[in-house]
Amino acid sequence: MNKTRNTHGVTKAIFFLGMAGVLAACATERTQPEGTQIIHEKILDNGLKVLVRPDTRAPIVVSQIWYKVGGSYEPEGKTGISHVLEHMMFKGTSTLGPNEFSRIIAELGGRENAFTGRDYTAYFQTLEKSNLDTAFKLEAERMQGLTLDPDEFVKEVEVVKEERRSRTDDRPESLTYERFMAAAYTSSGYRNPIVGWSEDLDNLQVEDLRAWYDSFYAPNNAILVVVGDVEPARVFDLAQEYFGPVPRRQVSHFTDRAESLQSTPRRIEVKVPAKVPYFLLGYHVPVIATVGEGEEWVPYALEVAAYLLDSGKSSRLNSELVRKQRIASSVGAGYDPVARKSTLFLFDGNPAQGTPVEILESAVREQIRVMQDELVAPEELARVKAQIIASKVYEQDSSFYQGMRLGILETNGLPWQLGDQIHQRLRSVTAQQVREVVRRYLTDDNATVAVLVPEAEQG
Amino acid sequence: MINNWYLLALAAVGLDALASPQIHHWTMDNGVRAYFVETHQIPMVQFKVSFDAGSARDPGSLKGVANFVNEMIEEGAAEMNGALVAERLESIGAEFSAESGRDMSVFELRSLSDEPLLGRAVDTFSKLMQQPTFPEDALERTRDSILIGLKRRQQSPGSVASLAFYDYLYKDHPYSNPASGIEDGVSNIKRQNLLDFYREFFVGANAVIVMVGDLSADEARAWADHIVGSLPPGTKPDPVPAAEQLAENHSLHVAFPSTQTHLMMGQVGMARDDPDYFPLYMGNHILGGSGLISRLAQNIREERGLAYSVSSYFYPMREPGPFLISLQTRNDQAALAEELSIDTLRGFVEQGPTAEELESARKNITGGFPLRISSNKKIAGNILSIAFYELPLDYLSTFSESINSVTLQQVKDAFQRRVFPDRFLHVLVGGDQ
Repeated sequence: MNKTRNTHGVTKAIFFLGMAGVLAACATERTQPEGTQIIHEKILDNGLKVLVRPDTRAPIVVSQIWYKVGGSYEPEGKTGISHVLEHMMFKGTSTLGPNEFSRIIAELGGRENAFTGRDYTAYFQTLEKSNLDTAFKLEAERMQGLTLDPDEFVKEVEVVKEERRSRTDDRPESLTYERFMAAAYTSSGYRNPIVGWSEDLDNLQVEDLRAWYDSFYAPNNAILVVVGDVEPARVFDLAQEYFGPVPRRQVSHFTDRAESLQSTPRRIEVKVPAKVPYFLLGYHVPVIATVGEGEEWVPYALEVAAYLLDSGKSSRLNSELVRKQRIASSVGAGYDPVARKSTLFLFDGNPAQGTPVEILESAVREQIRVMQDELVAPEELARVKAQIIASKVYEQDSSFYQGMRLGILETNGLPWQLGDQIHQRLRSVTAQQVREVVRRYLTDDNATVAVLVPEAEQG
Repeated sequence: MINNWYLLALAAVGLDALASPQIHHWTMDNGVRAYFVETHQIPMVQFKVSFDAGSARDPGSLKGVANFVNEMIEEGAAEMNGALVAERLESIGAEFSAESGRDMSVFELRSLSDEPLLGRAVDTFSKLMQQPTFPEDALERTRDSILIGLKRRQQSPGSVASLAFYDYLYKDHPYSNPASGIEDGVSNIKRQNLLDFYREFFVGANAVIVMVGDLSADEARAWADHIVGSLPPGTKPDPVPAAEQLAENHSLHVAFPSTQTHLMMGQVGMARDDPDYFPLYMGNHILGGSGLISRLAQNIREERGLAYSVSSYFYPMREPGPFLISLQTRNDQAALAEELSIDTLRGFVEQGPTAEELESARKNITGGFPLRISSNKKIAGNILSIAFYELPLDYLSTFSESINSVTLQQVKDAFQRRVFPDRFLHVLVGGDQ
């Protein structure tokens, strides 16, 4: 149930908010759906930021609370602590028994869960709209009164170890990804797995969790996001009623290191029992939150580059390497412009049958070289912008996703209002800018490669 | 690749009478059954076209044809090669996907509803459904990609367990066919096999189309005609036969180099239109279908920390799909978890749920109805189940009533008649590390 955000592999980050948009070739005027309105914001006296997005399509409400803490905040030796704490948040408070939170929500017909990311820990409930007050009441309760019972902890940390085995240890590609991240990053908190290293989980104590909880679980370190068939004024009243009494607290300063500059290529091999080779290739790149002054266009150009490479079967990697050259069984690229810290521009893939993985790697690098040498054609640029605009419309079908976009921006230190600007800026990216960022960042000295080498079978 | 379990699970949800979407339903001239739900809030349309052409229809010697056909559909149609298909759809932001399971082969198109975008997207989709060319030059590449997929399946202990489970439980029954085939079958499939399969199963009598979104009813009729109206009427294939239960317990242990053992324990379960559907669905909700608060999760995860994921489920398919308990645990704990699971099941079958448990399940299932139709995507999933499995059109509006009318005795009785903890298949994959 309580899950770590899936961090394996390469996925396209589509976090762009904002609706209005008309693409050159394909006019889409009606992008603001009926029943949705602008976002309403209020900050309570104790520092809790509340964001409400009305969406009257169905009589439901999604409530999400986002804490600014996650895997990248953790010191060496304590990796995985944010995620274990997330599990313990279901284990009772001074007034709620273990799992009573879940039982109450279930009796209301609700769904609830939580997820831990590199930069956030989030809890959510989806309910029929008249039950929002229950979600607030329970969530406010565990913001300050968590029990952290030692016996419950001993059992739950074993559950988390099982989770690690399922998600990482017994999945060759996930394991490769974990080792890859640890090789690509040397100083950044992004080098550690969100679920934690096994030994750190073995050494974790319930007292560590208490300290972590006291350091980060405070209204002034959280964002409450509500999407659904609700009146903003009523939501603010309810938020004041339930979260208002939670006292503001000093939030810990943590040591946050930037990634040191990479000056030579890095390469690792991961040899485990497996059947199909796999590779990952990553380049250090800035994000919106870390880019320098005058360079604000850079993350947007990187994102358009990622779309050109991998956004459907007509994009470059698929059409060239899968369809034409037939050297890849699958191949992808991705980039997350709204991360809190500088991140990686990633490629991954499985070679076609009988093709050495090195051939696929060279072919991917050749595609990068092409982008460094030649300007992308106007029609190709138009295609990815059409996809970006359409995906924005499709995203509106999920209230939960609308909430996630707001929560992620805010916990990563970006104002939610940025959403609309992201959309505009992506549309204004030029072919020259795409070529420039690929030339600047996707260089050999800035590259890390991890190759999964399937271990010979035994019997 | 979806397994049809997922689609079927969607069928097990419902809505309250007030909130139920209005379903327009008609049968087209060539026999395709059409379903449409009108929603205008977002300028988009979702189409799903589904055929009774999953791997249960694979010819005995060529396991994998159904999935091969499903994957080849977008590789060429009418005057277009695969590259052009992708280019035409993606240049207007439309999204196409194809998935196949044991019962169904499903194709989906999502498009903005503005013209000329929608018209162009539908035009391409229509050619894919009605004029696929199965081009030779895409055949070997697709075969290669499917074979790699089959290999990757072998490096996942969960997939290995699932394959072994279906293989032994269903033996010679068509449901023993894996959704994407087996290596031997896929390696030997010729273009002619694909054409034969397409001609036999991609016919009006064997198809449904579901449309949800920003259209009028008249527009929906016109688009349905364009997309599948020219398919030949054809005939429905013979029903899949019923499967038999095991005579006694059987254990399979597959050695695998993993830190965890994957356990799948079960039997033949129920069909989608089963008379015991609601009592079994509710009973399972209490036993292992309600996340952390189910009996199995309480006993295995919450009290002992033995597993991250433990659950039980009925997969109601056209014919009875499996009922199974599934969990993963560290290798040295596998025997203990296995014993606890079976004890939990046995206790539940013998005593049935408590009145409190039934009441909680009732509240959860009926109270959660609005959540289950809160997006176009969820509505389309529900309607596809109604369409494919020929459930009554008022299935959603009467769902709460059906749940509320289930009694304690009915749950207990249904489990005692239908669940046999002493005739279970136990599959354990792992332990070799």
